[in-house]
Amino acid sequence: MKDQLYQYLLMLGDNAMILGHRLSELCGHGPSLETDIALTNISLDLFGQVRNYFQYAAEVKGETNDEVTEDSIAFMRYPHEYRNTLLVEQPNKDFAFIITRQFFFDAYHLPLLEALMQSKDEQIAAIAHKSIKEVKYHLRFSSEWVKRLGDGTAESHNRMQTAVDYLYPYIGELVQETPIEKEMKEQGIGADLSLVRSKYYEKVKTVLQEATLSTPQFFGFHDGGKKGVHSEHHSHILSTLQYMQRTYPNMEW
Amino acid sequence: MSTKNWPLWEVFVRSKSGLEHRHVGSLHAADAKMAMENARDVYTRRQEGVSIWVVPSSAITASNPAHSGELFEPAQDKAYRHPTFYDLPNELKHI
Repeated sequence: MKDQLYQYLLMLGDNAMILGHRLSELCGHGPSLETDIALTNISLDLFGQVRNYFQYAAEVKGETNDEVTEDSIAFMRYPHEYRNTLLVEQPNKDFAFIITRQFFFDAYHLPLLEALMQSKDEQIAAIAHKSIKEVKYHLRFSSEWVKRLGDGTAESHNRMQTAVDYLYPYIGELVQETPIEKEMKEQGIGADLSLVRSKYYEKVKTVLQEATLSTPQFFGFHDGGKKGVHSEHHSHILSTLQYMQRTYPNMEW
Repeated sequence: MSTKNWPLWEVFVRSKSGLEHRHVGSLHAADAKMAMENARDVYTRRQEGVSIWVVPSSAITASNPAHSGELFEPAQDKAYRHPTFYDLPNELKHI
């Protein structure tokens, strides 16, 4: 039971950490000063949430293993031990990809946190309560840009449609229930993903329509991330992310 | 990529303790809505404000620096325009 809670916290934290890292890659490289700061603000918000989840995860794990800290969870795990979804590890191909990936995550993140605010686990409920204001703004920012670019020029529309077509097959994994999530739901700790799913798909549909973008028709989603089976992009992220801790173990600065 | 810049906007922020909006800087944005979001991200990320105004920079008429002589210097030797020559009763506050 404790281990399942630990794994569940990793799922919550890893999504925020890997997406936060992707956004941090844009620091100094955003398309304009204003969007650069906006995206790195979002990155910092996500890392703040990661710290909350991992500090709690370290506490849960600490009962049996006192070597575990928030840093060791973040930096010292192997790729298959990360439980983030495949969506958030997709690369920053262009601004349309960055915005679409962000929107697909934010539109899921908000109903997820709304559900987690009702969690029987007080820590999780408190983290959700604290994070939800940030995430409301993230969603406002990304959905605004989806509409602006989708319903913008022919060039921006085409780039957005390309990004939507590419990333859409990854959204199903976010709301696909794994055994751990099922167990957590039944104990009243985790979110009921079937409820999150209906809100999520509704939001995606509405915003894509407003943005004059078409929803791809396809069968089946990419999945595996939540079980630790990642795309080729994941190891590249980890090698950057873990480099300092692996090279200089226990370094502090 | 287009090399055309978005129009410039001036940003005014009212701080928690302040009554008036103060000019804090400028930014680029395609329209007022984007200017507002950008202002939030660029100028209020350290809890600076509780209210934001954005104004197109083109809507501002500025005084000409070349005219500062006739505009501002005549006030320099008229110290009597400052109400500093009165003794204020101690009961008076906030003056």
